[in-house]
Amino acid sequence: MVYLTRKIEFSASHLYHNPAFSAEENRRVFGKCNNPHGHGHNYVLEVTVAGEPDPATGMVLDLKELKEILQREVSDRMDHRFLNYEVPELAGQIPTCENIAAVIWRLLETKITRGRLYRVRLYETPDLFVDCYGEGNGAGNGTGKTAGARR
Amino acid sequence: MKIHLTRRYSFSASHRLHSAHLSEEENQRVYGKCNNPYGHGHNYVVEVAVSGPTDPATGMIANLGDLDAFVGREVIEPFDHKYLNEEVAEFRERVPTTENLCIEIFHRLRAFPAAKLERVRLEETGLNSFEYLGENNGSLQ
Repeated sequence: MVYLTRKIEFSASHLYHNPAFSAEENRRVFGKCNNPHGHGHNYVLEVTVAGEPDPATGMVLDLKELKEILQREVSDRMDHRFLNYEVPELAGQIPTCENIAAVIWRLLETKITRGRLYRVRLYETPDLFVDCYGEGNGAGNGTGKTAGARR
Repeated sequence: MKIHLTRRYSFSASHRLHSAHLSEEENQRVYGKCNNPYGHGHNYVVEVAVSGPTDPATGMIANLGDLDAFVGREVIEPFDHKYLNEEVAEFRERVPTTENLCIEIFHRLRAFPAAKLERVRLEETGLNSFEYLGENNGSLQ
């Protein structure tokens, strides 16, 4: 098995606000991430695909094809956007790194048909990142339900 | 889908690699310049990965403020700008290699109440790092 990783960057803004919370509760839970006009990050996305190299091409999948999928599914949707308002897949969710990574996983999972999507790693800053693994990848205890990320 | 949240922290500390089970010559041979008598220091970087359900109300596995406070109290404050051999009780008897330090950090952090500790990765320098997933986990995923 070979694990192939492609990296892209996109820049976007967001804010954390739960309409079910009071203003004080939003402030207490989300801190400065609750500032009303939002703020931005340079997100770095690493997408890892697992598979055996095709004997005819020596490739797990064509990197150009993966690049196009990432462009279409992620960059075109999220780059230079306000995630709360402009990305329908995140509507009704707090656009935390956890939730954005889960949305990206679901967008990519069915589009990658050569090899198998193994991991989505999304950096919000160099000191904070989230990893998504599929079921049956042996990640941790194997009870990996989406568990609240999906609503 | 399983989600891990990872946060990076750093602290600076000194240590000396010297085992009471070895002779002076053996210590010198095994640990080389890491055995120099007054110790030396590193800028350690520690990555802490936790997992758990994403709370629909907050979109979070764990509130980063809670995680930062916990790691700060359990690891950063007791280790930062300290001589590990003398100032951290666990290393009075145990050699403070980065392997042992990584395991010690895991043990200190596994009581984090808000999420499950999955992994501790510790960089001693930019060129070497160690990872620990607990006693019963052998796979790096």
